[in-house]
Order: sequence, then structure tokens, then C-alpha cells
Amino acid sequence: MAAPTDLRLPRYPREPEGTNAPLDFAGYGSTKLRHPSQPLVLLPQMLTEVTGPLLGPGRLGELDNDLTRQHDGEPQGQRIIVTGRLLDGDGRPIRNSLVEIWQANAGGRYRHTGDRWPSPIDPNFSGLGRALTDGDGRYEFTTIKPGAYPWKNHDNAWRPAHIHFSVFGSAFTQRLVTQMYFPEDPLFSQDPIFNSIPDEKARQRMVSHFNLERTVPEWALAYDFDIVVRGSEQSVFEDEEDED
Amino acid sequence: MGELLTTPSQTVGPYLSIGLPWEDGPFVVPEGTPGAFWIRGTVTDGAGEVVPDAMIETWQADPKGGFDHPDDPRGRSESGFRAFGRCPTDKNGEYRVLTLLPGVLPGEQGEQARHIDVSVFARGLLNRVVTRIYFEDQDNSGDAVLASVPAERRNTLVAKKTEDGYRFDVRLQGEGETVFFAL
Repeated sequence: MAAPTDLRLPRYPREPEGTNAPLDFAGYGSTKLRHPSQPLVLLPQMLTEVTGPLLGPGRLGELDNDLTRQHDGEPQGQRIIVTGRLLDGDGRPIRNSLVEIWQANAGGRYRHTGDRWPSPIDPNFSGLGRALTDGDGRYEFTTIKPGAYPWKNHDNAWRPAHIHFSVFGSAFTQRLVTQMYFPEDPLFSQDPIFNSIPDEKARQRMVSHFNLERTVPEWALAYDFDIVVRGSEQSVFEDEEDED
Repeated sequence: MGELLTTPSQTVGPYLSIGLPWEDGPFVVPEGTPGAFWIRGTVTDGAGEVVPDAMIETWQADPKGGFDHPDDPRGRSESGFRAFGRCPTDKNGEYRVLTLLPGVLPGEQGEQARHIDVSVFARGLLNRVVTRIYFEDQDNSGDAVLASVPAERRNTLVAKKTEDGYRFDVRLQGEGETVFFAL
């Protein structure tokens, strides 16, 4: 085994200030009892942190990337194609990597025993999808545009329509769970989860783009959503200064 | 090369169990694997209430200290060891992961004690929180990360021996709050 001083590991610089939400955010009530109250301790990026799960085709079922074909009948709602690339901060595609999504149905109802919002459950929609990125880092899902739903966080609170995304990148440092939103949603202004991101430009990176070229005539609308996880510097010797 | 700005993190929300759990998620190794043990624990909040809508993910070296990953400069282990575990908490806030003891690893300041990296996701967490599991019956004395943690809080990172493995509870806030790391 190599001596400690011989280790040359990539390093994953932290995101600029404002990119991520604070762990405590008064507008989103559920953070109150769940955020750490002690300061985080800096974890040096060593072998366990610069590696990560490389989960491949073994995690996929045949219809996992088409949420409209997982049942005998077709789900209610507007069919959409959601496509995009999984990239790192240096613009490198992350290939053959697992992308998982979950979402509400067209009426804004999740297929979950905890969801009591009285919008009908769609017997033909589970709201679960998985795909692998291809050689260019591209993924694609066929699904239904999810509806907005009320959630009692504050007076007359409604979540903007969104699809939950989970990606791994290729290192523990790059693990990301986020939400994809739809362009020009009128509910953005009152949503504390969306607005927990301090930087307006960072917030806009969670909003997908309508893509007319990718629509399918007489069949489906289309949205583009690229996901960017942290970039890496390839050697610890390259960086002298810390960009905190 | 163009620098791209990252996509922000958002909470998994209350319905993560629609999309994220896998039937074999808690099994880093299949049941019956020689040397396998359970890590079990409860996730609790600042009021001491259990968190029934959280998810734990684990990532670790194989028993020889290798990673089946191209960025391990010592060479890719190709052991086939999945090294990754994932388990949602149940109605009692409990999770479990069946795994093998990770090997000792080289570090920048001497050897790293055997450890497992952990991500915790839950409704109410806008970002995942990250912690590490160490083991009470292993030699943790030379570990630089553990040493960097205030002495009175180190015990929150050390899993306790049990009948079928170890117990590692996660307290998100308050008395006995688990040490969480900034990556």
C-alpha cells in the first residue's frame, strides 16, 4: 500500500456562497427541529470521499425511464419528455450513471400513504423513474407533468410543480438530490423550498427549459434539465489557496 | 474548460420512499456473507422524536481497504464489493445496513481508522448531512478526522457493539447531536 504522502487525489472545491440553502431556514418549518445546531466540522477529502458508488444497468428495470407505460392503462395528464445531461463543474459528462426521479401525478397527488391531499390517485401512475446516462451524460424520461399541491407549511401554501431528482456523480462529494421546476411557474414567489437557495441565478438552475425541438407532435411536450455536480481539481498539488 | 455552476440541493421531501428505496438497498453484502454484521440505528430530531421519513446512505472501503473505483490512486480493487448501502427509516425512525468491516486506509496524516461515510436525507433537510461511523472495538487513536472533532463529541461518531453488529444512532439536533461534516 502506498505511503500516505504518495496519495494524489482529486479535490472537489465547494460551491460558491449562495448556491445551497442554509440547513436552518425559518420559512420552511420542517427545518426547525431537523437542522444541526452545532457548526459542521471540515472533512478533508480523502479516499472515501473522492470515490463513490458507480451504479450501473443492474439497477434498472425495462420501463423505468417511461413512467407512462408502467401500468396497463395510460396515466392522466400532459405527457412530457424530460431530458438533459449530467455534468460535473468542469463540463465533463458523467457517463453510465444512475439518475432516479419521483414525482406527484397530474393532480399533484403522490402515490404515498402519507399524502392526504384529496386529489385523486391515478391508478396508472406510480411516479417513480430510473435511467442511466449515456456516453454524453444524457438521460431521458417520458412522464406526466406533475401538478402543484397544497402542503400547509404556511397560509395557503402550494408547492410549485416539480420532479425530484437524485444523482450520484462519481464521488461521495458529488452526491446530489434536487428538484426540477417548470418555467415561469406562478408559485415560485411563495415557495420557501425553492427560495431557500440564496442566489437568484443558482435558483434558476433548478428551472427546466421548454424545448420545442424535442417535443413529439400530437403526443408530448418536452423540457430540458441539465444537472451539474461539483467539479474536481485533479491533483492536490495544484491548489495552494483555499477558496472559502 | 468551461466552468459550470452546480445545481443546488433541495430536500427529498416527505415522499422519498416512492423513488429511492431499493429492495436490496440495506444489503451492502448478501445475507450469509462470512463476517457480515448489521449496523442499526435510530434517527431522531431536536425534540427527541423519531424521524420516520429519513434515508441513510453508506459508502465505505472493502475489508482490504480497497475501492472498486477508478480514482483510487493505489489501483482499482475490482472486488465486486458494492460498498454502498441505502435504507429509509421506518415508522420507528430505524434503519439497518448489512455490511463488512471496512479496511484501514492511508491518509494525509497517517492511517485512517476503519470508517464508513454516511449521508442523511430527510424532509426538513435542505441539504444532506454527512457523518462518519467509527467502531468502538477498533483502534481509532491515530485517526486525524476523529481527532479534529471536539473530544466531548467524538462518541457520537463511534458505533457501539451489539449482539448482531453495531448501533449507530443519528441525532439531527440538540443534546448528543451527531457530529456532521462539511465536505
